[in-house]
Amino acid sequence: MAIEKIHTENLFLHYSSKMALNNISISIPEKKITAFIGPSGCGKSTFLRSLNRMNDLIDGVKIEGKIFIDHINIYDKNIDVVTLRKKVGMVFQKSNPFAKSIFENVAYGPRINGINDKKHLDEIVETALINAAIWDEVKDRLGDSALALSGGQQQRLCIARTLAVNPEIVLMDEPASALDPLSTSKIEELIVELKEKYTIVIVTHNMQQAARISDLTAFFYLGELIEFDKTKKIFTNPEKKQTEDYITGRFG
Amino acid sequence: MTKKTKKGKISTQSESGLIDITRKKFRWSDYLAEKVIKGTAFLSITIIVLIFVFVFRESVPIFSTAKAPAQTEIHSDANQQQETYGEVTDQPAAPEVQETYGEVTDSSEHAETTDESYTVSAGSGHDDNQTALKTLLTKDWVPVSEKPRYGILALLVGTFKITFISILFAAPLAILAALYTASFASRRVKEIIKPTIELLAGFPSVVIGFFALMVLATFLQDVFHYDTRLNSFVGGIAMGIAAIPIIFTITEDALTAVPKSFYEASLALGASKWQTAFFVILPAATPGIFAAVLLGIGRVFGETMIALMATGNAAQMGLNPFESVRTLAATIGAEMAEVVFGDTHYNVLFLIGSLLFIFTFVINAIAEFYVKGKLMKRIQGK
Amino acid sequence: MIRSFKNNIKGILIEGLTLSSALLIIAIVVVMVTVIVIGGKDQISWEFLTSFPEDGMTKGGIFPAIYGTALLVILMSVAAVPFGTITAIYLTEYAKENSVIAKTIRFAVRTLAVIPSIIYGLFGLGFFIKFVGTQMDNTFMGGELKWGQPNILWASLTMALLTLPVVIVSVEEALKTVPNDLRAASLALGATKWQTIWKVVLPGSISGIMTGTILAVSRGAGEVAPILFTGVAYYVATLPASLSDQFMVLGYHIYVMTTQSANVDQTMPIQFGTTLVLLMLTFILNISAIVLRYRIRKKKSN
Repeated sequence: MAIEKIHTENLFLHYSSKMALNNISISIPEKKITAFIGPSGCGKSTFLRSLNRMNDLIDGVKIEGKIFIDHINIYDKNIDVVTLRKKVGMVFQKSNPFAKSIFENVAYGPRINGINDKKHLDEIVETALINAAIWDEVKDRLGDSALALSGGQQQRLCIARTLAVNPEIVLMDEPASALDPLSTSKIEELIVELKEKYTIVIVTHNMQQAARISDLTAFFYLGELIEFDKTKKIFTNPEKKQTEDYITGRFG
Repeated sequence: MTKKTKKGKISTQSESGLIDITRKKFRWSDYLAEKVIKGTAFLSITIIVLIFVFVFRESVPIFSTAKAPAQTEIHSDANQQQETYGEVTDQPAAPEVQETYGEVTDSSEHAETTDESYTVSAGSGHDDNQTALKTLLTKDWVPVSEKPRYGILALLVGTFKITFISILFAAPLAILAALYTASFASRRVKEIIKPTIELLAGFPSVVIGFFALMVLATFLQDVFHYDTRLNSFVGGIAMGIAAIPIIFTITEDALTAVPKSFYEASLALGASKWQTAFFVILPAATPGIFAAVLLGIGRVFGETMIALMATGNAAQMGLNPFESVRTLAATIGAEMAEVVFGDTHYNVLFLIGSLLFIFTFVINAIAEFYVKGKLMKRIQGK
Repeated sequence: MIRSFKNNIKGILIEGLTLSSALLIIAIVVVMVTVIVIGGKDQISWEFLTSFPEDGMTKGGIFPAIYGTALLVILMSVAAVPFGTITAIYLTEYAKENSVIAKTIRFAVRTLAVIPSIIYGLFGLGFFIKFVGTQMDNTFMGGELKWGQPNILWASLTMALLTLPVVIVSVEEALKTVPNDLRAASLALGATKWQTIWKVVLPGSISGIMTGTILAVSRGAGEVAPILFTGVAYYVATLPASLSDQFMVLGYHIYVMTTQSANVDQTMPIQFGTTLVLLMLTFILNISAIVLRYRIRKKKSN
């Protein structure tokens, strides 16, 4: 197996009194696409959000256990959460561009990091947009408002925005769930290309999507990690009955 | 819970990540921003406390007579007691009453001219303070005189009377209009009513006062044929106009906060629109309406400019709505600019201010805590 | 049948009663505006707006009052808008919704909003003039009376306290319309909380801050009670040139002309004219605030 990037040990997560994650231990490899599947409410999105500590923003969330990224426990006291989020980027379910121009959306991250040199910014923005496979569509109107783009374009812009910060890991929370089939396939192609440089963890509702693009698949059910293996194995010969029931469409 | 990690085994395989997350960075801008923002947020609490402190502080000397030198105290006691007895009695002598009326109209209507007579009485210090304390609960408000008296009863009666009249006028009007807006009005009509109310809320009270003084007073006198042109009735209606937007807005909010399910359930049971409005929506929103009326009272109680311009400003005890009255707020407004800083009259005006402040503070607290709690209970069943 | 007929009558009566209440309120507004417009329109002229009062304020214009009102609201906004905005930021971005501190601040803000304006006047006198002003005189002026008396600075600060809740409430409403998705996006890109507020949240609520400012200005322009004894003057021959000068304002001008003037009937046109100017000023401000707020709410519901 490839080099380990993310690793959790006995992770428990509670929303006030409700348990959302129950004893999750998993090891996610570098520069692969790992998909989380499972019925809604199974904890897959919650787990994804704890990998860059976005759950910190929610009141009443309690976490026990450990999450290691590059063998460093990200819930340690001396962790700089702001830097962590630069290392672990995130693309959200609903595209959420800022009410700024296309250029400024992508330049937001670099500017935050203190890059203000116009030439340098131009370079970063172009690279990010090329990597997100949207450059050709927007290169002539970088000054236009990002809100004028179509849904699929907005989502790819958000991916470009994430890439511009130069993360090592990209978390994707159902990035194509709100898009039409054509945009979805563009995003899927893009994700597959991205794994060359990035470790990608994607939450998806769509089992075919997981089967098409991911290298490994984890099946979550009721806050527990039921099964985690190579995607091929999960979809052809799952070990657990629950996994089989889910992927064959018997529930969920 | 914590197992031994497989760190040893794996770290041999992996170069550790490019971005170092283990050093907690200290970010000056964030630190400063947070401190400044938190500090500033306490400003509103600080202001309230400061208002408490400073408004009360200026009224304190009235109560501190005891600290006066013994000699003056004895001296003044002898003098004052006689006088006070005379004044506290239930039936003041006729000439005194005349004097009172004369003085008051004088000081209010021609504030400028009273300056001279005023300075004569100023500066008597502790003697005055004692008189002030002793005459506080009488009905004679004669601060500018050889023998100043600071009875606030007439002012209290005047204030309550005018508050009563204005709420009697404004509350039904505003509540019914809010009920119409929330339950019957079409969207188009709503878009006329609500901005109009917002505009009315933006009317400076001096403009409403001007309208009352110039137009309303004459109009009402023509209709009701009373003698005194400016009186508590005119002032009450004018202040009611000022209170309508508050009562309307809060009532309307309370009515629209009633869950749609209440409405639908009632209609499904065969109730008509008006029955639903009157027997379901209105009762469910009662605590909110109560709060609306309370805040309306608070608004009227402390209103100054309309009181100054439209009530006649004579401190009288009678309950007749067509007599002139003088309110607490108007008294401060009319006289504060003319007093000598730090003398008894000044302190008494601050004492009146403290009363106003306490009154509105309590009203707001009731509206806030009691009413909100009840509303929550009714609507959410908590 | 008969019962439902009775019910119908009742329904019509009740709807009619509520409708006529609404109409009466609208009628009151219309009558007030009409009377003031008719009474004041002939008085309004360029000269009236730009010249000084003459002949013991029985003739001439109201320029010093307009100038004083403008100066008052500008100084007031400079104080109230930043503080109000920052408080609103604390309430929406930093404080936990149900924390004791947030609840206390909200209660304080609502209390500030209902304290009678005359109390602010008393506070301005007791705190700014008698406490701060006198201290300043003793410290910097060697006891000479300069700041320990009513002036435009103290009046503006007093007015700023009065309008603080107006700003806080409007800005808070606007901050809440910024979707949480955008905050999350910014934080996920490695922005700090303050960077997120400064670069994403505040630009998204500029119109709300403007609404708050306009409403505060409109309120400040019309209030008289708080400045009665903190700085306004019956008449000053020159425009205020320094922060320690007294000044005239429209609202107080109306008050003195109607109640303290030697010849009320003679100055009637000036009174109506001044009232019309003040009313138009607050109208324009309020209407723009209503339009802005309507847009913000529309944006929120989208």
